[in-house]
Amino acid sequence: MSGDVATRLPERDRQAEHRQAEIWARLQSVMDPELDESVVDLNFVSRVDVDSANRVHIAFRLPTYWCAANFSFLMADDMRRAVAALDWVTGVSVVLGEHMYADTINAGLAQGLSFQETFGVEADGDLEDLRRTFLVKAFQRRQVALLSHLTATGHSPEMLTTLTVLELRGLPVDDEGDRLRRRYLERRDVVADAGDEMPAFVDAAGLPLGAERFAGYVAGLRRVGINAEFNSALCRGLLSVRFDLETPFIPKARASA
Amino acid sequence: MYRTADGKEIFVIDGHTHFWDGSPANQKNIHGKQFIDCFYAYHANLSPPSEKWEKEKFEKYDAKTMFDDLFVSGYDDMAILQPTYLTDFYKNGFNTTERNAAMKKSHPDRFILNGAFDPRDGAKGLEDLHALAEKYKLQGVKLYTAEWRGESKGYKLSDKDSYKYLEAAQKLGIKNVHVHKGPTIIPLNRDAFDVADIDDVATSFQDLNFIVEHCGLPRLDDFCWIATQETNVYAGIAVALPFIHSRPGYFAHVMSELLFWLGPDKILYGSDYGIWTPKWLIDKFMAFEIPEDLTKETGSVLTLENKTKILGLNAARLYGIDVEAQKQKIRAGGGYAHLAEPVPA
Repeated sequence: MSGDVATRLPERDRQAEHRQAEIWARLQSVMDPELDESVVDLNFVSRVDVDSANRVHIAFRLPTYWCAANFSFLMADDMRRAVAALDWVTGVSVVLGEHMYADTINAGLAQGLSFQETFGVEADGDLEDLRRTFLVKAFQRRQVALLSHLTATGHSPEMLTTLTVLELRGLPVDDEGDRLRRRYLERRDVVADAGDEMPAFVDAAGLPLGAERFAGYVAGLRRVGINAEFNSALCRGLLSVRFDLETPFIPKARASA
Repeated sequence: MYRTADGKEIFVIDGHTHFWDGSPANQKNIHGKQFIDCFYAYHANLSPPSEKWEKEKFEKYDAKTMFDDLFVSGYDDMAILQPTYLTDFYKNGFNTTERNAAMKKSHPDRFILNGAFDPRDGAKGLEDLHALAEKYKLQGVKLYTAEWRGESKGYKLSDKDSYKYLEAAQKLGIKNVHVHKGPTIIPLNRDAFDVADIDDVATSFQDLNFIVEHCGLPRLDDFCWIATQETNVYAGIAVALPFIHSRPGYFAHVMSELLFWLGPDKILYGSDYGIWTPKWLIDKFMAFEIPEDLTKETGSVLTLENKTKILGLNAARLYGIDVEAQKQKIRAGGGYAHLAEPVPA
């Protein structure tokens, strides 16, 4: 009996490690809707445990006590769905810590309620609309990043505006271009049909860009990117001050002594 | 007063300051603690290490500390006191007009005292606004459209009740409406950062100026678009400005966009004291230039003239300050005694 356990333990460890990796990979795909960055990269997920019944327990925290309840809920719900899609997972709990609405949100999540059901009369308006607004912003941000890179590496607006989705996929680009292209194509279908023969670059209304309005269009989108970078820098900084204490606080008096 | 190396004097009006009490003794509940903690995280995250305060000082600083930080070690000549009531979180409020009025009373030539209103306060609120405006001769108000209150998750300036208040404010001689459109607290599911309501009221109230504090961050992209179309919409750069230290590249982008879309006459400096202090912000701002590649794209340049407008002249225009006369008043009161005598021309 004891020999049996000894030989099985390492395998169980390997399996546990593998499962942890699978969960983190799933979580990697969950985005903060506003920042369009992974909740893992943003360091929001503080803990992942798997219990003996293959239930997964996820803990997360946000940069401030006041972070928007709607986005907090969306992220938690997205995490739950992403991890529940693993076939060995029998259940997922997601718990938000140190937030003004932690209790309400956690209770709603535990009961599998929607945001609307969780907050009742306090939740007016449609969360799906807001989610869509930010998907469009993410599309724009990814698009302007790709277009800026492609024009900087010598591709003309005339050529870019005539590309189909399929041709964009096959366009020879450098590594950075490839990364930006993948990110862009992930969101291309947010605004319009992204079939192979469809134009690669369309605006938020789904209309093709056309070379003549290319420069003005890109200049307009620049603000979306700058805004998002700014928010991301702020959120990362606040989270770091709040939890990680990466920058130890040195009182002025002692710092100058 | 900021003096350039060749002796040019720049008159500085700080568009955004607070005299708050966030101390544990004044906190009503956990929200009060979390609120000042969150402010402190902004402070600690974006200040240079040498400028960080201890937590206790940050929670509650006295009037003398504030005066020194703004006007003696700092370069401010004048400062606008913007109230933040938060009476649900703090026993005596966080930073009320009444608390700020004591500062103004001690240093009348240095401070501009602003009030506040909330259109959800109904008829009683209108009466209070009337009394507040008469008592303090208010020229400006600070509004928080995203503030949660009971069943309400915030309001829009374009709501019917807001119109009533704006009409009343106008009659009472209030000219400048500072609207907090920036990182906020308690936004539930309404998009509290939405800046579209500014567009509406700026058109309807042509004689009022709308200063969008924190330049609409985190919705800078939407804000620039609106501000371009309205002549009476301004950007306050409090919260954006401290990025000049930690993320100068992003700060350059933000300034370059604001200059491109709004122009140098529509941007107002603000320190957001006590979150940040004027000395280091202005030292860095005066030394700052927008990188050439950005200037090539947008044509935006932070010339000395533009900096002078942003640091003081724009606010002076909005608040009817005669800069030369004000300087004389301050000088006569000994306000520049700490400065070296200007080099005779």
